[in-house]
Amino acid sequence: MGDKRTLGFYVLAAFFGLFVLFLYGPLSAVFILSFQGPNGGLTFPLNGVSLRWFANLFERQAVGDFGASFGRSFALGLMVMAATVTVSLLAGLAFRRRFLGATPLFYLTVASLVIPSIIVSLGIGVLFQQVGWRPAWFSSGYGAHLTWTLPFGVLIMFAVFNRFSPSYEEAARDLGASNWQTFRHVLLPMIAPSLVGVGLFGFTLSYDEFARTLMTSGSSNTLPLEIYGMTTNVTTPVLYALGTVTTVFSFLVILATLGIIMAINRRQARS
Amino acid sequence: MNTLLNRATPYLQATPLAVILGFFLAVPILLLLIVSFWDYDFAGMYPGWETFNYTDTLGSWVTWKTYLNTLKYAAMVWALTAFIGFWVAYFLAFHVRSATTQIVLFLICTVPFLTSNIIRMISWIPVLGRNGLVNSGLVNAGIVEQPIEWLLYSDFAVVLAMVHLYTLFMVTPIFNTMMRIDRSLVEAARDAGAADWQIVWNVILPLAKPGIAIGTIFVVTLVMADFSTVQVMSGGQSASVALMMRNQMSLLQYPAAAANAIVLLVLVLVMVAGILRIVDIRKEL
Repeated sequence: MGDKRTLGFYVLAAFFGLFVLFLYGPLSAVFILSFQGPNGGLTFPLNGVSLRWFANLFERQAVGDFGASFGRSFALGLMVMAATVTVSLLAGLAFRRRFLGATPLFYLTVASLVIPSIIVSLGIGVLFQQVGWRPAWFSSGYGAHLTWTLPFGVLIMFAVFNRFSPSYEEAARDLGASNWQTFRHVLLPMIAPSLVGVGLFGFTLSYDEFARTLMTSGSSNTLPLEIYGMTTNVTTPVLYALGTVTTVFSFLVILATLGIIMAINRRQARS
Repeated sequence: MNTLLNRATPYLQATPLAVILGFFLAVPILLLLIVSFWDYDFAGMYPGWETFNYTDTLGSWVTWKTYLNTLKYAAMVWALTAFIGFWVAYFLAFHVRSATTQIVLFLICTVPFLTSNIIRMISWIPVLGRNGLVNSGLVNAGIVEQPIEWLLYSDFAVVLAMVHLYTLFMVTPIFNTMMRIDRSLVEAARDAGAADWQIVWNVILPLAKPGIAIGTIFVVTLVMADFSTVQVMSGGQSASVALMMRNQMSLLQYPAAAANAIVLLVLVLVMVAGILRIVDIRKEL
């Protein structure tokens, strides 16, 4: 605003700094405590430094089946990501035009966002039970996760297309491009960064989701369910080690996504 | 042929979304509505047209207390996240000058929200616990003699963790709305002699209301649906509606849980409908 920084700026900057500390402070405590010595407990001080609890993670009997549940969550995240990107893009394209039932479908999407997760979980669980299908993470769990990620994807596509000028496509069509060519060579490259963002949302929302998985994952746990189970019966820093590992993994996923988005933008700026 | 295909295109494009949400959202909710009128015992559920699932739950004082407790959490978390969200968004939108800094600071706020909720909840244990950072700091500084017991496993811990988990859902929509406020309005107010606080109160706050409304929808529905934060952070001492449902589900009392689900659903939808009267979401995206 003005050229000189006012007192208000410094007060707000301090407030923002406290907010960031509030966000990251507790996480860093978990990070530090995961290197707790072999005899250390769940709180400070550190009783020496060791990798004991990380090693503990990979001993099967100690914390249940961490590796397998991670594998399931990872696979489910990728499946949800693929479906979220495709279905949201298609729906976003559909909503650019008028069609019968557009408003009810929009409200169904918003409902999907606001209906409490546990109700969705219970509903799908009961549905599978009544139909006689066995619930599993890749069927009922998959659907349950999509009810959470799709509204985000569709709303993001709404925001993208609201800001997208149709004149690019008109220009392409005037030059004789077919519908498919216009989509493939004009529209798709322009919205590619947003699609990568939708993919990130789909993956991380699914990878961390557990209220919706509760009744729908069948007999094998996903990673968040495994961690939730651990909160009640694990009293060693192995819990923090698992927290550190999954958080670092989430960070890597986010960094990779940002890298991809920046690479796309740079390539487009060059051409 | 071509025009027919052209007319059918939006329907084909909308079909996957409609099928998925229809099968995994609309059908299950309708089924819950039906099941909530069924009879049950330890062995299974029996189709019927009974209303005792509703009369049992609504006739119980415990249910009402649980609903009140959940609404209390929702009100407290809403007030705190709205306050924090507004000022954080205001700082980012109006006080940070370069667009790059804006994006970087916004990403710093966003990253923790893309990590596991449960891990972020657990991370308060070494901070707030009896021998945690806060307590040992206070004891060592001589401010208190005994560690404070109510920091962890209390309503305080529940609300703190929820604010920690859900504030971004307030920051993002408010920030989005503020970025679209025409800067010349602020300049005009300044030229007319308005002080900073007058600009915030009379120009920015009214124009940011749609963002606050969308943030409110997120925060209120997330808190109303929460059971894990209440369970972990209260140490099992407090209840919420979803936690009550969760307990009924683990006892396989699905019709009773379904009745609770329908009541909770109606309550949440009424709250959301009330907020949607203030704001048109499609315009705000």
